[in-house]
Amino acid sequence: MKRPWVFALALISVLAGAAPASPKASKADQVAHGRLVFQQYCAACHGSGIGRPGTEVLQLRYQGAVPALLADRKDLNAEVVQAVTRNGIGWMPGFRKTEITDRELDALAAYLSRHPDRQ
Amino acid sequence: MTGGTRQKVTRRAVVATGAAVTVGTALGAAPAAGAAVTGSDPIRPMRLPPGVSREDFVSALNQFRGIVGAEWVFSDPADLDTYRDFYSPFRETPEERVCSAAVAPTTVEQVQAIARVCNALGIPIYPISTGKNLGYGGSAPALSGSVVLDLKRMNRVLEVNEECAFALVEPGVNYMDLYAYIRERGLKLWIDCPSPGWGSPLGNAVDRGVGYTRDDFRNHFEAHCGMEVVLADGDIVRTGMGAMPGAKTWQQYKGSFGPSLDGLFCQSNFGIVTKMGFWLMPEPEAYSTIDVGIEGYEDIEPFITILNHLQYSRVFNGMPEFAAPLFGVSLVGPQDSDPAVIALLHRPEGPALAEIRAAARRTDRPCWACKLQFYGSESVIAAQIAEAKRKFAALPGATITDGETLRFPLTDSQLAQILDPTPFGVPSLNTFNPGIGPMQATDEPQLGHIFFSPIVARTGSEVLKANQVLGQACRERGLPMPPVLLPAAMWERSFLLAIAFPVTASRETNDRMLKNFGELARIAAANGWGEYRTAPGLYDEIMATYSFNDHALLRLNERIKDAVDPRGILSAGRYGIYPKHLRKTS
Repeated sequence: MKRPWVFALALISVLAGAAPASPKASKADQVAHGRLVFQQYCAACHGSGIGRPGTEVLQLRYQGAVPALLADRKDLNAEVVQAVTRNGIGWMPGFRKTEITDRELDALAAYLSRHPDRQ
Repeated sequence: MTGGTRQKVTRRAVVATGAAVTVGTALGAAPAAGAAVTGSDPIRPMRLPPGVSREDFVSALNQFRGIVGAEWVFSDPADLDTYRDFYSPFRETPEERVCSAAVAPTTVEQVQAIARVCNALGIPIYPISTGKNLGYGGSAPALSGSVVLDLKRMNRVLEVNEECAFALVEPGVNYMDLYAYIRERGLKLWIDCPSPGWGSPLGNAVDRGVGYTRDDFRNHFEAHCGMEVVLADGDIVRTGMGAMPGAKTWQQYKGSFGPSLDGLFCQSNFGIVTKMGFWLMPEPEAYSTIDVGIEGYEDIEPFITILNHLQYSRVFNGMPEFAAPLFGVSLVGPQDSDPAVIALLHRPEGPALAEIRAAARRTDRPCWACKLQFYGSESVIAAQIAEAKRKFAALPGATITDGETLRFPLTDSQLAQILDPTPFGVPSLNTFNPGIGPMQATDEPQLGHIFFSPIVARTGSEVLKANQVLGQACRERGLPMPPVLLPAAMWERSFLLAIAFPVTASRETNDRMLKNFGELARIAAANGWGEYRTAPGLYDEIMATYSFNDHALLRLNERIKDAVDPRGILSAGRYGIYPKHLRKTS
């Protein structure tokens, strides 16, 4: 199923006058962008180090069954990341599109669900 | 009109129905606040602002799209859900404040154009800056069905002047943005942030928020200098020296010529603040502390007398931070405590003072402790600490412990070791850590909180009285509260004795908390302790306690409201101020 999809992307790029895009590169770019989004909007709560309440709460909740650091989780999928970011969970409020745009949220979701065994 | 009558009228005005109304009955009619009206898509009903026809609302949304672009006008229910107050005690009830739409401009000209549309069509609008004042309303409107004017995209730091130590910012800038801006440029300036650092300096100041550095910066509204305000009709005004074209002193001189109007735009609904200047703190050379231990429970009275004199004489210039070690609250956080000792404190007839003092001596833990913070040059701090020690030597049983001296700038590794960096002007979200801020362990999962925030006179006797009166009221009602209500000293001339009421998923629990909140507010008011700020659903209840001369303050607020916003489109109900058409009884 992958081959026709790659071909179609390449064809669209050529027809558009651009260099053929690599889906892997595109995904990598999105993940890299997502890492920046995470640093800007999420790390103050969910990063590593002292005084990060999101990390502290997840450690209390899961007691090490899954990593307390979101960036180390391997069980997150993009849909969950997007839903929690927009709607909030527990003490965490949701984030509006004026705070994290849809494009930024897509990138954030790609970053937090980047682990190969989830793709 | 009595306060009680006024309260009933205004509360009725803000109740949302939450019920869907069919198109046939709604077309051309003026539905109730927050009523949902089935639009062209029957699965996604359109929620209408109160008193606005569907045609006018659709026209307004279309005009908004023309002003800011369709992408930044929100009316989809999923998008509107992100504008709910995530900490609302009314969540999932008909009284929850919800918006009908949101519009997000990027320029002041767009704000003016939106105001003109709303003024022409009578669309109620509710400006927010970053929408992060959780516990005090979040991004939800005070009046259900209002359109949220989301200013988050107006996020430019317009100027930071190192020589004259000021900043000029738009509403969507948050403390983290401003901190990063200053740090990236290596400027020797500090900001003063509230405990959650993701809020807006502008939004926090106009809500009368506070921070944790030096005395002259913690009161964020008092530390501002100059505003730009869009009025309900789209006119624009600059306060202070901003009123003079070409003046270079907008952020340097707070007055102008004639009345100072800035206070009209603080905790009000008279205008939309689109720019605001702030005085910043020059990075000090050093910081140091002393911890004073106060042996007896009643010794806080002479202690505060000395403390006030030292602070008002500028012997120290940081926020005094209180703890109650004997009762399980040390200056570095919670610690174990003896229930028998706490029982001595909570006797119905009053604290057993002699036994408490004996327990303090036996355990070598003072009843109270207070950290004094000093910012400045090392040599001056050394002299200030010596003077403070000399004054406290007059207090029998007091102990003094020297704290660490820090020199600035802090290195990244030093900063990484500091749990709460707000005394150093560094924004943080540490306050959301379990057991540190308002999020306390309760029997039910906690989803948020609302603050009970009374202002108490800056004397030891009032602190003890408030502990006795409010503490007993809380215990009688089974409310979660620490053994001692600690005086918070963000303001230089008064104390705040705040209690965080948990918000949970249980409507029964939340209803009980709201009932208790109201009772506590009335008990506090009867003792002269007034709330400085509250959550939107409680505005009317608190405004009613400011009742001197038959509510003369509210009546004046209403006269001003009618003059500057005659159609009543701006933030109806905010801080208990309603436009004429929503406060009429008949």
